[in-house]
Amino acid sequence: MVQIEEAVAPPAIPTTPVAVQRRPGRSWWRFSALLIGALVFLFPFYYMIIGSLQKKQDTSLRGVLPRPGNITLHNYSEIDAAISLGRTLISSGIFTGGVLLGTMVFGMLAGYALAQLRFRGRGLLFASMLLLQVIPFQLLIIPLYVLIVRDYGLGDSYLGMIAPFAINSTAVFVFRQYFLQLPVDLFNAARIDGASELRILTGIALPLVKPAMLTALLMTFIGPWNEFLWPFLVTKQHDKQPLAVALANYISTVASSATNPFGAILAGACVLAAPAVGLFVAFQRHFVSNNLGSGVKG
Amino acid sequence: MTAAVAVRRRGSKRLTGRILGRQPIGMLFGAPYALFIALVFAYPLGLAVWMSFHRYFFAAPGVSVPRPFVGLANYRVVLSDPAVRQAFLNIGVFLVINVPLTVALSLLLASALNSAIPFRAFFRVSYYVPYVTASVAVVGVWLFLFSSGGLVNHGLGGLAPTPSWLINEHWAMPSIAIFVTWKQLGFFILLYLAALQNVPKELYESAAVDGASKWRSFRSVTVPGVRTATTLVTILAIITGANLFTEPYLLTGGGGPNGKSASPVLLMYQRGIEQNHPDIASAIGVLLVIGVLLLAGIHRLLQRD
Repeated sequence: MVQIEEAVAPPAIPTTPVAVQRRPGRSWWRFSALLIGALVFLFPFYYMIIGSLQKKQDTSLRGVLPRPGNITLHNYSEIDAAISLGRTLISSGIFTGGVLLGTMVFGMLAGYALAQLRFRGRGLLFASMLLLQVIPFQLLIIPLYVLIVRDYGLGDSYLGMIAPFAINSTAVFVFRQYFLQLPVDLFNAARIDGASELRILTGIALPLVKPAMLTALLMTFIGPWNEFLWPFLVTKQHDKQPLAVALANYISTVASSATNPFGAILAGACVLAAPAVGLFVAFQRHFVSNNLGSGVKG
Repeated sequence: MTAAVAVRRRGSKRLTGRILGRQPIGMLFGAPYALFIALVFAYPLGLAVWMSFHRYFFAAPGVSVPRPFVGLANYRVVLSDPAVRQAFLNIGVFLVINVPLTVALSLLLASALNSAIPFRAFFRVSYYVPYVTASVAVVGVWLFLFSSGGLVNHGLGGLAPTPSWLINEHWAMPSIAIFVTWKQLGFFILLYLAALQNVPKELYESAAVDGASKWRSFRSVTVPGVRTATTLVTILAIITGANLFTEPYLLTGGGGPNGKSASPVLLMYQRGIEQNHPDIASAIGVLLVIGVLLLAGIHRLLQRD
């Protein structure tokens, strides 16, 4: 993948401004500023884990460090008993999986068509895709609720949950950017050899843009996995609620009656955050700015 | 095959090519996405506008109820509702704090991350992690940190505001604005990092040759160099602000205290779905879109000169 980027993308500019190398003192100053910033960004996550393990809630300054006598896994079983982590995780998984599947299949086709094929309506489709990025989704919740839950009767169903997210437009955009970087001659050669467009897409283009798929998968994953408002509106029954919705309901209603309410909330928060953070840390090398920002020429 | 047929074939191919494009199969490839846009965005958008001019409420399934045209009545109700005006004012407060903070911090952090520093991967991950985490999860820990007896107030001692941050009329909305800045910053850093790759390195070199300080070259080379990205970041930050729902719903317990942290989308939910006035909610939504478009337009105008 890296080779392709180098071969096709405009030559990457080395990311080291000259002045930095000349003044190491400045660089240290910058380093410590970044370090302090990073600690501010990471501390809530650290505190989330510490808080989820506390037997008795300890909000004092000493509570920042784990104390062996005050550690328990009880909060995890408490949140599991309240919102059933297994079931809600499966719901989140189905919701997210459906969106990923739709985006990978239909989003990929659309991205390829927009980048490499000349057909009627291409300009219109491209313009609509760009327009979608600036229409705030929440503004559509009322008509979507009317259509999907009231008119089509898809309340409390995975289909209703997935429908508005089925194809991630940002992923379509990323696919298009990647397919654009591939040389047109490659495709014309295959066409002359008589390959069908579907064959060209699956046999030639796809293997060349695997890293784009990873970026798009990651980006698409965090959308439905973290989404709260829409599944919250669609699912009124407990057995279909994704984890984010169940945990939010727990925060707003049930928590006050628990023995260590924050412990249970934070335990649920850790479970909700872990898959997204884990995937992201594992694949962060691929989550580079080129993929996302190639449309943002400064 | 005679030459005449071949010529006619090529001619007809050119004709379909002119009507359907050189690769008409692209229409087939793009069709599912086009259908998706039509059903999930275009039609609902039209329906929202239509609803805002009609009387509309949820009836039992199968029952047909009249939905008369009421002109601007819904808009009059919305504009004379003090709760709605408060919500739009709250979003104003939110944007005034959130947008400049987001633009400044993400540009500064992106240019620091763009230089040769040790542990770059670690820094990048730490700044992106809040962005990839669910709001619901991080709201949990912020509630814990900023509660009356929470760690932040313990740290501040006598300086802590009473009532505490999230239940304080003056601090609720700024707290949300800072929370969202922290949460979204990673994404905007990513956009700026991409834009920084396109600032010609020679400009930094000539600035250094001319004896410009680091700060001076940041102001005179980096800031103008990433102008397009700044427009994008500003507009996206405004859209994020307009979309605000989860934070006032969970962090400040439904827009409290006294509606001082309610957002228009929260009101859309309360009026439209809880109180069965989807027509009123749609009118709020339409006003919100107009507001976002106006802000984006004003921003573009200011950027031009």
